[in-house]
Amino acid sequence: MKKILGIFGLLVFICVMTALMSDRFLTEFNVENLIRRTALFGIISIGASFVIITSGIDLSIGSVVCLIGCLLPWMLVEKELGVPLSLLLVVGISLAIGLSHGLLITKMKLQPFVVTLCGLLLYRGITRGLVQDQTQGFKSGFSTLRELSQGQMPLPGTEFGIPNPCLILLVVAILAIIFLNFTIYGRYMLALGRNEEATRYSGINTDRMIILAYVICGMLSGLGGMLFVLDVGSAQPVDFGSFYELYAIAAAVLGGCSLRGGEGTIIGVVIGAAVMQVLKNSITLIDWIPTNIEYAVIGAVILGGVVVDELVKRFAAKRRAMAQANQ
Amino acid sequence: MHAEGNVDNAPPLLEVRGVTKRFAGVCALNNVNLNIRRGEVHAVIGENGAGKSTLMKVLAGVQPPDVGEVLLDGKAVHIDSVHTALNLGISLIHQELNLADNLDVGANIFLGREPRKLGLIDFGRIRRESKKYLDMVALDESPTTRVSHLTIGRQQMVEIAKALSVNARILIMDEPTSSLTQHEAEQLFQVIRQLREQGVSIIYISHRLGEVKELADRVTVLRDGENAGGLDREEIEHDRMVQLMVGRDISQFYARRPHSIGKPMLEVKELRTNAWPHHASSFTVHAGEMLGVAGLVGAGRTEMLRAIFGVDSMLGGEVRVENKTLTLRSCRDAIDAGLALVPEDRKQQGLILEMGIRNNIGLPGLSRHKHGPAFLNRTRERQDASRMIAELQIKTPSDQQLAQYLSGGNQQKIVLAKWLSMEPRVLLLDEPTRGVDIGAKQEIYRLMEELAERGVGILFVSSEMEEVLSMSDRVIVMHEGRVSGELQRDELSEEAVMKLATGSTPVAAEV
Repeated sequence: MKKILGIFGLLVFICVMTALMSDRFLTEFNVENLIRRTALFGIISIGASFVIITSGIDLSIGSVVCLIGCLLPWMLVEKELGVPLSLLLVVGISLAIGLSHGLLITKMKLQPFVVTLCGLLLYRGITRGLVQDQTQGFKSGFSTLRELSQGQMPLPGTEFGIPNPCLILLVVAILAIIFLNFTIYGRYMLALGRNEEATRYSGINTDRMIILAYVICGMLSGLGGMLFVLDVGSAQPVDFGSFYELYAIAAAVLGGCSLRGGEGTIIGVVIGAAVMQVLKNSITLIDWIPTNIEYAVIGAVILGGVVVDELVKRFAAKRRAMAQANQ
Repeated sequence: MHAEGNVDNAPPLLEVRGVTKRFAGVCALNNVNLNIRRGEVHAVIGENGAGKSTLMKVLAGVQPPDVGEVLLDGKAVHIDSVHTALNLGISLIHQELNLADNLDVGANIFLGREPRKLGLIDFGRIRRESKKYLDMVALDESPTTRVSHLTIGRQQMVEIAKALSVNARILIMDEPTSSLTQHEAEQLFQVIRQLREQGVSIIYISHRLGEVKELADRVTVLRDGENAGGLDREEIEHDRMVQLMVGRDISQFYARRPHSIGKPMLEVKELRTNAWPHHASSFTVHAGEMLGVAGLVGAGRTEMLRAIFGVDSMLGGEVRVENKTLTLRSCRDAIDAGLALVPEDRKQQGLILEMGIRNNIGLPGLSRHKHGPAFLNRTRERQDASRMIAELQIKTPSDQQLAQYLSGGNQQKIVLAKWLSMEPRVLLLDEPTRGVDIGAKQEIYRLMEELAERGVGILFVSSEMEEVLSMSDRVIVMHEGRVSGELQRDELSEEAVMKLATGSTPVAAEV
């Protein structure tokens, strides 16, 4: 809870500072765009956090976004497979990717870093080969499908609406929260992330839980890839989704996930994703920050965040030790 | 280091006078005195939390005392750092070995003090000098052997050689035999005796009173941070030591109540495991029976329990619980059949240290008590935890307390609680009282007895002879992966067990 307040405080701080320094920050267009981007990144960050909670890592998220993002318009426009079949294939491919990661990690006992690093290279390479490095787009068709990302649900009585990705994020986040906190499987994941051996000794099929985490991550990456491409309308296989895994992992870490596993809250992760997007946005909006140092700013903020978090943790441990000694 | 005899009226080599150490208001040591003579083995004993470790940390320079002084050779010394302690010739060997097991023996002995030639490490000198110290501990290993290739017992010897290499006059050993086999422990005792002959004083901390009786010239007992008494060589007896440690009469300590033994609960037939693929074991545990499993470390006892519980797959054989053959694909199958395992390594296998007590206790039962398809039954989890905390007298401020902040005894009780809440028919215990203080030990024994009276079959592996002898209704002894013999309660003796454990009695050909 305290952790969520901390990251939420950071988010508010960045928003206020940006609003003070740029009058473009609080415009309707910018806010709506920000919410949309946050929602899209929030979805893939939730996927990453599941894997991180099991003390794993998924480096292939960006490449899966690229694969799905390019394949969907390719299947619809070039191959004319039709919407239902294309969506089915998108789901099938994402599931297969997550499943194969999970199986390689649990049954072959390969390291998650290695498996998903190979995934990162594989899926981008496959995409580029498949579509011959050509930009894939919807031309001007499929506007109904694109409503998924571009539309919004009007709020009755106002002229504003909630962007659809935001609604999708809401559904995903609520399901994730229920899963993680109110089902036995969520508890199993948190437990095995801290100590897989003891969890296995408690009669829990830890392999199955780890596989499930990678499947969830693969599916959400696929969903993310689909929504990203529906949002912008076209995808270049060379750089579509590149570095997104790092945004997702960073959001998860900012939101309170420990790479050692067993820790993390979905709300924190979504706020973490928002911090990343607001930060990017403010670098673009504030004139005196050169846009080309974007990565440096993001890196510095994350580093600062984890350092402060660690200091707070040490302080708490010291106080607890004092309190215990005083008993 | 001169060879000096054990002179009783020589002035003490090391004297601790009125040392007091507080941690934020709590008195860990209160006016403690200790004196160590030249060339003696001096045992310091006491329950967990009695202040042994704090006293040793004061001597080794890890924590300076608040009040009191330490005298070496009659002169007051100020031990303010580990470095100072080493320079004074005081060396502490921790319970957990502190070796870099990816490096070789010589590199470990000289770690941080590498002799150099032209600015580079002088490997030749390391080899030559290491050999000298290895000879002192009678370890027949090359200085270039990787530490990870050595058994734990041999690693311990390397640790001692390392301590000697700084010219230690006082060697503090904290529970040195806790992970050694009987044979390795014997070798260690031999080395300790040799060092004593050479005039090295040894402060020996142990829970194992049998060893203390065998080794120590004198004993100092601590209780609740204070001196509880001292014993001279001829006064060292098991019951007196225990009495001083717990401060109460413990003649009832190991006494078992007579009880009836019922039908077979667990039958193991021709079980083979990875530890000894060609040797098989068969035995039966009855309802209400406590079957002790004795044997040396490496005899395949832990592997056997793990196979019965479905942690590792077995190579061959059959496990039957209440006349039903189990198909063991995972621990779940064993748990569903009514088995429970309190594993050997409670921190790694028994508990999730960073999780609360309640969630630890609840973990195996979550799927049994779930609501609907997979929803947590938090009410049940809370009730189970509070019932168990009360029943097992787990000392904790709240059931949300993280397991890592509890003492060893209370941690072990959580592992037991976790399994008792599952109401097992057969309980498998692997070294159930390792690293647990006497008070908690007694409670664990009481619990085992109560379970047996309720008709649970209990199979427990233990390397503590007294525990095996006093708790078991029957004992099977394992040697090299097979049951080398079985002893009824009236046949039990230390000698009989050791004979079977070392394989010195001919074994009937099995398999």
